[in-house]
Amino acid sequence: MFSEFFQFTFSGVTLGAIYALVALGFTLIYNASHVINFAQGEFLMIGGMGTVVLMDAGVPIYFAIPLAIAMSGVAGILLHRLAIAPAKNADVVTLIIITIGASIFLRGLAQVFWGKEYHALPNFSATESINLGGAILLTQSLWILGIAAVLVTALGLFFTRTALGKALLATSMNKDAASLMGIKTGAILMMAFGISAVIGAAAGVIVAPITLTSYDIGIMLGLKGFIAAAIGGLGSSTGAILGGLLLGLAEAYTAGYISSDYKDAVPFVIILAILFFLPNGLLGSRAVERV
Amino acid sequence: MKRMLKQLAAGAVTALGLSLATVPAQAADTIRIGSFLSVTGPASFLGDPELKTLELYIDKINSSGGVLGKKLELIHYDDAGDASKARTFANRLLRQDRVDLIVGGSTTGATMAAVPLIQQAGVPFISLAGAETITTPVKKWVFKTPQSDRQAARRILMDMKERGFTKIGLISGTGGFGASGRNVTKEEAPNFGIEIVADETYNPKDTDTTAQLTRIRNTDGVQAILNFDFGQGPAIVTRNYAQLGIEQPFYQSHGVASDSFLELAGDAAEGLRLPASALLVADKLPKSDPQYDVLNRYKNDYESRYNESVSTFGAYAYDGLQLAVQALMKAGSTDKAKVRDALESIDGAVGVTGTYRMSPEDHMGLDAESFRILEVKDGDWALAE
Repeated sequence: MFSEFFQFTFSGVTLGAIYALVALGFTLIYNASHVINFAQGEFLMIGGMGTVVLMDAGVPIYFAIPLAIAMSGVAGILLHRLAIAPAKNADVVTLIIITIGASIFLRGLAQVFWGKEYHALPNFSATESINLGGAILLTQSLWILGIAAVLVTALGLFFTRTALGKALLATSMNKDAASLMGIKTGAILMMAFGISAVIGAAAGVIVAPITLTSYDIGIMLGLKGFIAAAIGGLGSSTGAILGGLLLGLAEAYTAGYISSDYKDAVPFVIILAILFFLPNGLLGSRAVERV
Repeated sequence: MKRMLKQLAAGAVTALGLSLATVPAQAADTIRIGSFLSVTGPASFLGDPELKTLELYIDKINSSGGVLGKKLELIHYDDAGDASKARTFANRLLRQDRVDLIVGGSTTGATMAAVPLIQQAGVPFISLAGAETITTPVKKWVFKTPQSDRQAARRILMDMKERGFTKIGLISGTGGFGASGRNVTKEEAPNFGIEIVADETYNPKDTDTTAQLTRIRNTDGVQAILNFDFGQGPAIVTRNYAQLGIEQPFYQSHGVASDSFLELAGDAAEGLRLPASALLVADKLPKSDPQYDVLNRYKNDYESRYNESVSTFGAYAYDGLQLAVQALMKAGSTDKAKVRDALESIDGAVGVTGTYRMSPEDHMGLDAESFRILEVKDGDWALAE
């Protein structure tokens, strides 16, 4: 009875940790520009698939992972330079639509050059799972949670303690005023895309031993990550982690205690409820409409 | 006057064009085999080896003298996995190219889109797609070479019965293949005295199924577990199964009978069983096996020509073409009604997928035994004992 409960909890934590890590990637670009970057899932894909492709080419894994993550960072900067920057005066909705287009483009490239097969990455730890009171917990979920915690702390410090982070927040609050204060808003935004892509790619590598990876892995993980970010309040890193865990646990408990047929429906009910009572998510800052 | 001349000239050009277009249809020095396959697009893993197989064997047959003293001519269109394109191309094959018979249709969607036209035109058609609806109910001109998922479900249940299991757990994907597999398994299970005591599903894109597997494991009396699906979902289920340390025997369906599944699932796949084409273990079969020669000949021919591993999908095209050739020889002409009757009376043609026994009630001609039960041993396929 208890082992069953533990098992569902561990399953939920594993799922939740994955969603949380993906959700983190959304916060940076959102904070910088209020754009929801729907190509975030593709950064994950570049991280995971890039590592697989490099390893197939004979690159050892400890070089392949940083290379793939760097590759994704470059893709993020290019995405900003080639697609977002030229549309500089467009409103946020237009920019969001551009990111959707970019995600389809990146997916297409990966499909053509890297193939449509699924691939698996090896576990980070030698032991695959730990038995706790009759339930098993994957060591990889601990890795994911740990790295997510490190990233949240780092992002928190970045926004509150560094000039760059503050410049980024200033750009998000009022672009014109920030630029009058001498902040290069274009460069700030480009940096936000680059760092987001790096975070996304790192997430893509860490989750690949559990989720497997393929050219289209970004669709599902990107969507779930976005939902987690929306539950937590877009722009809040701690909220992203909370949202991810809540979503994962809701899915696992539904599949375990109610029926796997309703597994995908219950989380949506939760999202509707949360967004109805707390339109800015659990930890989102209240939007102030300037009149 | 000038205008009239112009009209005359235009008329003459049109007439010339028309007569040119109909010339190939009247030339009867070749046997025209039409085909539409999904060579590109999402189903290219089906269409690509199918087209390669057709080209390979039509060349081979022609270089050894053809059929009925005539050369075979392949007229092929790529439907890119799009059912509406398949319909257009089927129409072109029937009306413009006037083919003698059609071997093609990589996907069920493409096949079913073309079936009404083919039925109306009355041309023998051998489909290479899996779904049961293609030949159930029987359609006069339509045949197919792959087994349906019902045969796979039967073969799995047969093996379970032999091992003495009466209560099983089922976990399936909610996609088309998994949902259909779940239905036929539930329909067929009572015929084998097997009760499905746990029935769980997952979304084909899910990344974790441990909650569902835990539920199945904690259901009283589950003696074996079956996962019916294709794609990467079964690889995740298999990994979760091993992670949870579940001890009951594990079955997969024919949907994952490929080497890429073994790669994805890794050590977790060790010991699981599934029904599959004998092609996967062609070189491990005893020489006395009736399919031994056909299987190894096809495998060697394909691999030496294209330098890539043979696939069970290409084998459907091999069987389709061989059935067509056999029917043509039996009919002694390209008369469409005679060829159709000859196809329907094929009894005991040994192919790569199985031994075909067609009848007026069965236009697919394979039974559950055409699947072999394989077991994963040391990271490779082996015949289960």
